[in-house]
Amino acid sequence: MPGIALRHAFGRHGFVLDAAFDVPQRGVTALFGPSGCGKSTILAAVAGLLRPQQGRVEVGGAVLLDTARGVCVAPERRRCGVVFQDARLFPHLSVETNLRYGERRAPRDTAGPGFDEVVALLGIGHLLARRPAGLSGGERQRVALGRALVARPRILLMDEPLAALDAPRRAEVLPFLARLRDVAGLPILYVTHALEEVDALADHLVLLDAGHVVAEGPVATLAARTDLSLAARRDAGVLLDCTVADVATDGLTRLDFPGGVLVTTMSPGASGTRLRLRIRARDVAVATAEPHGISTHNVLRGTLAEVTPVSGTPEVFLRVAIGPSDILARVTRDSVARLGLVPGMAVWALVKAVTFDHRLASSPPAAAQA
Amino acid sequence: MSLGLSMEEWQAVRLSLEVASRSVLISLLPAIGIAWLLVRGRFPGRMLLDALVHLPLVVPPVVVGWGLLMLFGVRGPIGGPLHDWFGIRLVFTTDGAALATAVMSFPLIVRSVRLGLEQVDPGLEAAARTLGAGPLDRFLTVTLPLMSPGILAGAVTAFAAGLGEFGAVITFVSNVPGETQTLPLAIYSATQTPGGEAVAARLAGISFLLAICGLLLAEVIARRMHRLLGRG
Repeated sequence: MPGIALRHAFGRHGFVLDAAFDVPQRGVTALFGPSGCGKSTILAAVAGLLRPQQGRVEVGGAVLLDTARGVCVAPERRRCGVVFQDARLFPHLSVETNLRYGERRAPRDTAGPGFDEVVALLGIGHLLARRPAGLSGGERQRVALGRALVARPRILLMDEPLAALDAPRRAEVLPFLARLRDVAGLPILYVTHALEEVDALADHLVLLDAGHVVAEGPVATLAARTDLSLAARRDAGVLLDCTVADVATDGLTRLDFPGGVLVTTMSPGASGTRLRLRIRARDVAVATAEPHGISTHNVLRGTLAEVTPVSGTPEVFLRVAIGPSDILARVTRDSVARLGLVPGMAVWALVKAVTFDHRLASSPPAAAQA
Repeated sequence: MSLGLSMEEWQAVRLSLEVASRSVLISLLPAIGIAWLLVRGRFPGRMLLDALVHLPLVVPPVVVGWGLLMLFGVRGPIGGPLHDWFGIRLVFTTDGAALATAVMSFPLIVRSVRLGLEQVDPGLEAAARTLGAGPLDRFLTVTLPLMSPGILAGAVTAFAAGLGEFGAVITFVSNVPGETQTLPLAIYSATQTPGGEAVAARLAGISFLLAICGLLLAEVIARRMHRLLGRG
């Protein structure tokens, strides 16, 4: 039985939410979909701020809602830490009092990170005496994260926590979210419509459209599928979990991934840093013989596993297996015919070292954490 | 400093201040409750309650005073038991003057408290809820502090208006020096007395001064509150 199953109709002929999915006990589960697909409604129902007509919500073994049995725990007793898009810090209280608000009301017999630990984790020690009105958007969101975490919740619910921030602020808060994910050790349900946040943070992905679950599974698995709406995006492509192997003096970084090594011009951090890389399908070329006299750094030998036409276009997706990893390449049907590409062939996937323009999901090695 | 005022005139000033402050104390809590019902309540008859609250603003004050006399008179349906069982008499007393003033300024307080409550973002209360705060807890720690500018503004306005309440007071509790003769009633008496023009002018000047002070105080409080609430 999935952990979360909800059914709610708005009005007689209005929007119908009918979604069921699981939230793994560890890691980030992202609810991803276009605006109005029902993701925030799901979050509100889990928190108890909206009561669905039918549904069941079970988190970490605790049943918070079961309309079939008439169970509906009040939001104030659900222990769901919510981080809202607009932070919602109490304006009349100092940052410290805001943080303590949930801590004071948490049941005594519950375990969770302590106040000092959370303050250090989010780097908000210097803000404790300030008022929320004097904080920047990024600082506010970090305090909101802290406030939810200090309350020792059984789950963290994040409703587009970065959507109200501009790009530099997002970049400021994102590493703290990644850190929190790695340290907090509790399930996180993360609502977003930004794919870069999914790439950077999520372990598990629930794809939503018009109130229904289209697909759910590990992020990398869904990103590699060509039958989902994700594949229609400009930035469609696989996700590779990489580790920084070494940083050469010429400024090039070598990244280990299961099945090979990638060379990149970006500098994701010291060796040992783990990161997730999105290899956009449109950035990958394929050759049937090992090319020579070519500027491309990354020439990866693999096997062509699958050729999937993209309906309505003269293009196809090629799935190339490189060791245990898959890479998608988007090329023309003409190229497939010209090169006589069929599954099972040995091919070389070409990825330019300068194409990894969005660096993602970095979590620094334990020693370098400061 | 006597400012050239007689004992009786000082008494009127003191009585006005007392009646006005007591009227605010009487109406503040009910006003917060009614404002809550009007803003957050979802019940049939909400419009009716709204109209009822505003009645003292539109009905002639003399009629309000008459109504109080009917209800709280020694033989009235409320005043009777009050007098017989508890020995409380409102007619001709300062208590009665405070009650009449409270009824007259009640719509002012409700309006202001209501505005204050409407300023409170329900999202903040929802946030408090997810952090484990129950209904009363949320109200006391989030809603009440955030609506306090409206409450304070309402209290100061009602106090200032209460200083000048005339019609309802004179109808309900009459014009008894030292007991119910507040500033406006004293001014009225002075104008009815031959040679009382100088007294009336002095008392009118004091009324004017008190009103100005009230408005300035309201402004100072409002500014300080806004700074405290981080809206400044």
